[in-house]
Amino acid sequence: MSAPAAPIEARPAKAGWLAIAVGVAAVVIAALVGSVVGAAGLDPASVVKALLDSLPGVSIESGLSQAETAILFEIRLPRIVLGALVGAVLAVSGTAYQGVFRNPLADPYLLGVAAGAGLGATLGFALVGGSGWIAPLAFAGGLGAVAVTYVLGRSVGGRSPTSLILAGVAVAAFATAVQTYILQQNVETLREVYSWILGRLTTVGWGEVIELLPYAVIASVILVKARRLLDVLALGDDEAKAIGVDVGRVRAVVVVTATLATAAAVSVSGLIGFVGIIVPHTVRLLFGWSYRVIVPLSILFGAAFLMLADVAARTLISPAELPIGVVTAFFGAPFFLLVLRTMRGPA
Amino acid sequence: MISWRRVSVTYGPDTIVGPVDIEVADGEWVALIGPNGAGKSTLIKAAVDVVPHAGQVSLGGKERRPGIDIAWMPQRPQLPDEMGVGDYVLLGRTPHLGYLAAEGKHDVETMRSALDKLDLTHFARRPLRTLSGGEAQRAVLARALAQEAPVLLLDEPTAGLDVGHAVDVLEVVDELRRQEGLTVVIAAHDLTLAARFADRLILISRGEVVADGSPGEVLTKDTLTAHYGADIRVLEDPDGPVVVPVRRST
Repeated sequence: MSAPAAPIEARPAKAGWLAIAVGVAAVVIAALVGSVVGAAGLDPASVVKALLDSLPGVSIESGLSQAETAILFEIRLPRIVLGALVGAVLAVSGTAYQGVFRNPLADPYLLGVAAGAGLGATLGFALVGGSGWIAPLAFAGGLGAVAVTYVLGRSVGGRSPTSLILAGVAVAAFATAVQTYILQQNVETLREVYSWILGRLTTVGWGEVIELLPYAVIASVILVKARRLLDVLALGDDEAKAIGVDVGRVRAVVVVTATLATAAAVSVSGLIGFVGIIVPHTVRLLFGWSYRVIVPLSILFGAAFLMLADVAARTLISPAELPIGVVTAFFGAPFFLLVLRTMRGPA
Repeated sequence: MISWRRVSVTYGPDTIVGPVDIEVADGEWVALIGPNGAGKSTLIKAAVDVVPHAGQVSLGGKERRPGIDIAWMPQRPQLPDEMGVGDYVLLGRTPHLGYLAAEGKHDVETMRSALDKLDLTHFARRPLRTLSGGEAQRAVLARALAQEAPVLLLDEPTAGLDVGHAVDVLEVVDELRRQEGLTVVIAAHDLTLAARFADRLILISRGEVVADGSPGEVLTKDTLTAHYGADIRVLEDPDGPVVVPVRRST
């Protein structure tokens, strides 16, 4: 056809170079801010030099003392990297849940991961006592709750996403009730459990990072690969099926992937709320609708967001620390509303 | 050739449709007509396996491959508000792609050509919510076309369109049918319009085929009055029969 209109080339949506560059810049800046800011007051220029020095093939005299170098590499960096991993996992899992359930309010804790992990951690604090048990018990609790949710949801409503979500609500309520009972019986653990529930990025060297890293990498790769299918699911189950997509299988793979990664993140960081909702929606408002765009950018901006939230958690009432979950809610929610207000054109 | 063999659909103890046998030749345009609830949509949905059914729908005697052999335009397509028209049409390439694969050059070219054929190229970047009813129908058709399937099943493609836009959509379908050699099966309520475009009409009533033939053979006063439960007059026009409703009491 020879319409004389402006030649608009139809191109598939994808995260453009500019958006990716902005995301990478946000990650780098957040990481730098995180390594410079802290109780020990390291000189920013020296920190940058020390970081560059640690790159293979680069040799620069940083001017940091041995103790300062240890603070940077053994205390600050693990915490920064852990923040980045947890942020990326929560944001990309939120994106995935919103896609498969076609529900903008779905978050990584939807199917009972949070409540199950909370129960597991509470059991760890109250009954076992050893801090080494908290993470594995939280992980097991989170996965167990989701497994029960899945079995219950399937038994009532077949493959319907609604019955899955309702089963998640029921399982979460039950797990929370058991958790509250255990807390009542073991009041002395209340403070510890409470601090865990509000989220914290405390690390002991690189151990937590190494625990979470494989989950974060595998989940990110699978979800980035599946991003096109999330757009297909937006057509509804029937139309997706008619164009050759096994909807049940896609949903199961995505949910299992996002849930495993979330459970791993929760087991090392506690419950950090809102990241899985705020980050994907902000990315959507700023960079576009398609999951081809949102999935990869959520990883970058989720990482940057949580690193910066941790800086705020460490500094706002220093020398004490705020729970990072409080920071993500306190700053994230108004920021999200601001973006929502400015970006929403006339509907 | 697409054929429905002993296809039936049950809901609990009730048989909604069938068993029905229908055969449609390659390149033929067939309209399924019949009152609301007769089972037209159900037969179409059975062909794309979105309703569980007994019997077989096959293509030239072979198993259908989902999405590759048959493109389906539902009665009420889901049009995600913010999705771009180009991206929407590109989703029609899904049956040709592996689950985790990305589209290649050929897929993007097919998308562009589908947009072009439906005169949507300048809408490519617009969100679906900004389209009018007629434009949205064209977008759905473009997505179906991007599937490059030899059979098009259209469930009331002109529902909600005024007569001008309805004719536009059907002309486009006819043009595509000629150009691409497609087989077209459409569920239709507008009998006059169906008679203008289809080679053959199949009247479905209470889940069964009750008449099958050329528009002139099927659109008779007696047949229509019996199955639609309304008084209907059929006028002769050089281009084919014209169906006119008559008031019950005067």
